[in-house]
Amino acid sequence: MKKTLILMVGLLLFTSLAFAGGEKEAAEKKPIKVGAIFAVTGPASFLGAPEAKTVEMLVEEINAQGGILGRPLEVIVKDSAASPEKAISFAKQLIEEEKVIAILGPSTSGETLQIKELCESAQTILISCAAAESIVDPVASYVFKTPQKDSYAAIKIFQTMNEMGIERIGVVAANTGFGNAGIGQLKKYAPEHGIEIAIAETYDRAATDLTAVLTKINAQGIEAVVNWSIVPAQSIIPKNMKQLGMNVPLFQSHGFGNIKYVEAAGSAAEGIIFPCGRLLVAELLPDDHPQKNVLVTYKQNYESRFNEDVSTFGGHAYDALLILKKGIEMANSTDKAETRSAIENIKDFPGTGGVFSFSPADHNGLGIDSFEMLTVKNGKFALYKE
Amino acid sequence: MSFEQVLQYIFSGITVGSIYAVVAIGFNIIYNSTGIINFAQGEFVMMGGIIAHSFTPTMPLFLAVVLAVVITTAVGSLIELVFIRSLKNPSVLRMIIITIGLSILIREIALHIWDEKIRALPFFTGSEVTSITIFGAHISPQVLWVLGITALIVVALQFFFYFTFTGQAMRACAANRKAASLCGINTRKMVNLSFCLSAAIGAVAGCTVSPLTQTHYAMGTPLAIKGFTVAILGGLGNSTAAVLAGLLLGLLESFSISLLPMAYKDVIAISILLLILFFRPGGLFQSRQIVALKSF
Repeated sequence: MKKTLILMVGLLLFTSLAFAGGEKEAAEKKPIKVGAIFAVTGPASFLGAPEAKTVEMLVEEINAQGGILGRPLEVIVKDSAASPEKAISFAKQLIEEEKVIAILGPSTSGETLQIKELCESAQTILISCAAAESIVDPVASYVFKTPQKDSYAAIKIFQTMNEMGIERIGVVAANTGFGNAGIGQLKKYAPEHGIEIAIAETYDRAATDLTAVLTKINAQGIEAVVNWSIVPAQSIIPKNMKQLGMNVPLFQSHGFGNIKYVEAAGSAAEGIIFPCGRLLVAELLPDDHPQKNVLVTYKQNYESRFNEDVSTFGGHAYDALLILKKGIEMANSTDKAETRSAIENIKDFPGTGGVFSFSPADHNGLGIDSFEMLTVKNGKFALYKE
Repeated sequence: MSFEQVLQYIFSGITVGSIYAVVAIGFNIIYNSTGIINFAQGEFVMMGGIIAHSFTPTMPLFLAVVLAVVITTAVGSLIELVFIRSLKNPSVLRMIIITIGLSILIREIALHIWDEKIRALPFFTGSEVTSITIFGAHISPQVLWVLGITALIVVALQFFFYFTFTGQAMRACAANRKAASLCGINTRKMVNLSFCLSAAIGAVAGCTVSPLTQTHYAMGTPLAIKGFTVAILGGLGNSTAAVLAGLLLGLLESFSISLLPMAYKDVIAISILLLILFFRPGGLFQSRQIVALKSF
């Protein structure tokens, strides 16, 4: 009787030890779980689709190189279809059930702002791929974003206008969050650059013809038009301007950074000036440019893998995942708080959107030089100033 | 406002209006033979443009458009065969809900076959930068194409519905389906034909407006809403009236932009639409009693 008892206790001890050992080993090999919320389908699919593809590609690359801290990386991608409600429930699911260390995305500003508080209170890192400044201003300690700020785009446009001697402009924007934020930024920074906005109009996101509103703008005696939008109508504007015989320069926002919009506008797109990250002109950069290497690598990998042109939006997801990877490696831990502070200490990190230097006060990490002024020449993107 | 500007607003109105009109005509045909509003009509428009665009690299534009129209027509016919014909009790409401479902289905399939990106067919004459100057105002040659093709469709439809046996049979189905079938008209065939016809017209519309409006998988619904508004405004079932109503709505929108911020465009247009419907519930050009919408 006593013998059996000792045997049983011994067995129990042995198995529990064995399990403990097994668990420890498993923890080392257990994948690092990261969530991603992208608008893969729906009205913002031009953002979410390349983002999801980019992450899929990058995860394979990272795992082929041995993962992060020797552990494989697992990214759970959720398709929000640009709906803030879905983004909220996916974020909850990722945080509570999947227990992810971080969430990449969402693709749009509206969704991001809806889950900003949620991630902050759950102390889960959020690296957004959306544009709005309010994502990182005011700063929430766990919330970061990779796309350049709207205000830099507006300032960059005005600086170019100053060089061209343009003083009186007309503004059109799509009636979306992105468009309205753009009008706000343009109005805010116009006075200090000595530029007068004679007229500002918004159009419906499904607009099919904009000659009427352009006629109205043209009657104001303006010297340039700025169009701020991410919807397809941004290719209708240049066509309609040519049809109306308007010969003033057209400036677009960084939302124009997709070669499909150039193709849709055809020869009317020639000469459009817009601020953008350097991804679209990667090959044209000098070899010693700090971003040259990362841009060309991403572009070639993406284009050969998916057989479609790279867009800046996919680049935002690329940056988000690489920044997270860098943060985990710097912290040498998958602890959320330690990784978060490590990200704040990332300096001079070249990404597709620019060279990132984060700080506790700056969770975007990009300066105004992350934008380059581009133009369209012979149906292709080119540097505005050679 | 100078004369050139007034003329320019008129041209803008005509441009927008002609796009609305050509979409609106498609609604009328299915309505005429079945009494239902096909909410997937916008998707036919999208399919026409997007299919033609896929063919353009390999063949001349005209051939691509013809092929796109043929394929869309086949899809229209298939939809009727699979989803509408098998209904045991085809009440109007049920059929309408089915068409709403179909519109979502087609949109999602299009997203998977093609993608989310925008496309535009080349201009039929000239290019993106060509414009015709009339008394100092400008208009794109493509608008003349849209107007011309719309006119052609209307004339052809009038001829078809009033002077051919099949057309008259379709009208008989619309008036009273049971009576028509008692007279020996194959009503099921007529319903199928009406889906084919409106799919074909939708596809033609989709190809003609594509250089102006551009084509992407989700373009159908917003266009269909405007087309539906115009069809109601003109009086459901009447294609000539739809064209006039389309141009009227286009001009209203265009002149409202000249006076007020563009954001109010739809408010003005829809308010006027509501007023008209209060006083002439059958539509602007509908003289006979309101057959329209009674089944709702």
